[in-house]
Amino acid sequence: MTATMERPMTDPATTQATETLTLAKAINEGLRAAMRDDDKVLLMGEDIGPLGGVFRVTDGLQAEFGEQRVVDTPLAESGILGTAVGMAMRGYRPVCEIQFDGFVFPAFDQITTQLAKVHNRTRGKVQMPVVVRIPYGGGIGAVEHHSESPEVLFTHTAGLRVATPATPQDAYTMIQEAIACPDPVVFLEPKGRYWSKGEVDRGAPVGSDTLNKARIARPGTDITLVAYGPTVATAMKSAEALAAEGRSAEVVDLRALSPVDTGTLVESVRKTGRCIVIHEAPVFYGVGAEIAARVTEECFYALEAPVLRVGGFHMQYPIAKLEHDYLPSVDRILDAVDRAFAH
Amino acid sequence: MNSDIGEDKVPLLQLLTPEGARVTGRGNSAYRKRIAGLKPEQLRGMYRDMVLTRRFDDEATSLQRQGELGLYAPSRGQEAAQVGNAYALAPQDFVFPSYREHGVLQVRGVDPVGRLEFYRGTDHGGWNPLEHNAQVYTVVIGSQALHAVGYAMGVQRDGLVGTGDPAKDTAVVTYFGDGATSQGDVSEGLVFAAVNQAPVVFYCQNNQWAISEPTTKQTRTPLYKRGEGFGIPSLRVDGNDVLACYAATQEALERARSGGGPTFIEAFTYRMGAHTTSDDPTRYRTTEQEEVWRKRDPIDRLRILLENENAIDDRFEAELRAEADALGERLRDHVRKLEPATKTQMFETVYATEHSIVSEDRAWFEAYEAGEPADAAYATAQTAVVPQTAAVQQGGTR
Repeated sequence: MTATMERPMTDPATTQATETLTLAKAINEGLRAAMRDDDKVLLMGEDIGPLGGVFRVTDGLQAEFGEQRVVDTPLAESGILGTAVGMAMRGYRPVCEIQFDGFVFPAFDQITTQLAKVHNRTRGKVQMPVVVRIPYGGGIGAVEHHSESPEVLFTHTAGLRVATPATPQDAYTMIQEAIACPDPVVFLEPKGRYWSKGEVDRGAPVGSDTLNKARIARPGTDITLVAYGPTVATAMKSAEALAAEGRSAEVVDLRALSPVDTGTLVESVRKTGRCIVIHEAPVFYGVGAEIAARVTEECFYALEAPVLRVGGFHMQYPIAKLEHDYLPSVDRILDAVDRAFAH
Repeated sequence: MNSDIGEDKVPLLQLLTPEGARVTGRGNSAYRKRIAGLKPEQLRGMYRDMVLTRRFDDEATSLQRQGELGLYAPSRGQEAAQVGNAYALAPQDFVFPSYREHGVLQVRGVDPVGRLEFYRGTDHGGWNPLEHNAQVYTVVIGSQALHAVGYAMGVQRDGLVGTGDPAKDTAVVTYFGDGATSQGDVSEGLVFAAVNQAPVVFYCQNNQWAISEPTTKQTRTPLYKRGEGFGIPSLRVDGNDVLACYAATQEALERARSGGGPTFIEAFTYRMGAHTTSDDPTRYRTTEQEEVWRKRDPIDRLRILLENENAIDDRFEAELRAEADALGERLRDHVRKLEPATKTQMFETVYATEHSIVSEDRAWFEAYEAGEPADAAYATAQTAVVPQTAAVQQGGTR
């Protein structure tokens, strides 16, 4: 990444000891820090002003930075992304909020045919430092179009980076790194984890390469559980349950989905010999397929069992009353672990 | 035209008749004032750029027929709409074209050879947008309308609207056709521009055809009325009248630069050629209709004016012919030589920063091109350490 991303937090008020924040508040604080640091950063989206967004992630930001930097836009997703492309050409760093995952599709054209391509089309003369924030994933009992996991539609698109935090600390750091990145970043926020709390060190350096590097969320020796975003917490619970059974699971939090940190995965699986990939999105053609292929190519002789996947079924996102049968659960993960050890 | 959206039923700003005479009499005096100060050399300049744009079209079409271009989208018939518009631009203004704005880019000073890289397939763009204040061609219909509005919103934030300093105040123009008005992005662009009062001009060249579909398949109302529905001042001009296009654009740009917000201009014109070199207009329109429009040729119209006003002579015409011939020769010579710099050019600007998957792919490709065994090539790719072989540096083996 570029040197401009390595920026120390110099505000004494923000270099205090760690504090407990929700994941939503951590993103809010990350946005605030980025906006204070660079007046070219601006937020665009529906209801992000006085309301603070439907999830309150932008709470208080318009009061601090004004309507020109926290822009309540018309209700038009393609318009939000298309104007962000033009803003970026003018030297701004727009952070666009899509209200819910299922509403990104009206903007899909601008994201994939324009935002992802302008840098290449202009042979590097014009950069697109745009962040597309999308609350994604299920488990909150929402109605149709409010619980989807569209990540692979973006990981499959060259020119985009795709990243997703799993903890408040990563949420705080990663949103700032996404904003500082000269490339467009689809920033997927696990909405089911918005209210989960964790320690956040605001003095943590921005520039730790979270958009490229996976994180070992829990070290282990017997099996690797690969997760990201909302499923990291489920994987951690599974690892605890496995520990009670005497099995040591290593949990890898991918953080970055494009690119993907193959090196950390390979190192882990060469150590453990077993690998399970867990995500909410449908398994068919999903992130798990890519991880399984990479791990198999690189770790074939180290593998004790095929790489297994635990994820969503090939269906429209189910009705809310059945979503907990659709989402990867600790039980389904433990079942997959048993299958891996049966080989 | 015989439809209710045709030129006969709605007001059409015209300052130069098809017979090459300046429009006089009542009405339009404000627009006539805008062209009254145009000096003979400025009119000759417009004429020159229109002639060179047409020559560019003819050469590009020939090059496509010879297999040197994969495709070409001619602007024949639309020279006045584009050149008149572009003559009103200030250097600091920024334009967002579709893929047919050859006349605009001619005036903007973009190298003609570079303008054909896109169609030859040696570049997705062909010029530096920041050098010419002109974004590269955009193919997805209507997308660029939103980019222009966003850029204009950036201009507002930069405080470069309404300063009163003509060297600072900045406006943005986006170009699209009649078919693009059916796209959601153009409507969303109008919404964003209107609510933000962005300094942007929507310049719709209604050339009557969206590939094979006539305007009646796109709209039930005259297109300029679209702007009015969004609260945006709108007008229709004779798109084959370079003076009307200039005056209307100048008015719109002044409004934008002074903080008066967006304008929608429908330049009512006709695409004399095919949509692109891939289609066949004889399947969907009549030669009678084409003949009607041939008599309204924008270049002939201006030449007659220049002749009537003794603003042009044989020597100028001869020099312009020679310049057009030189342009043709240069295009024929240089376009054939356009090739990618290297085979690995395709990996170079996928991202602005290193992306490990692209690095892997590139390393694999370079090793493969260098003839390394597949396993070794793959191992090399994984470590992303690649010896730069001579073959790769020279563009690999072809």
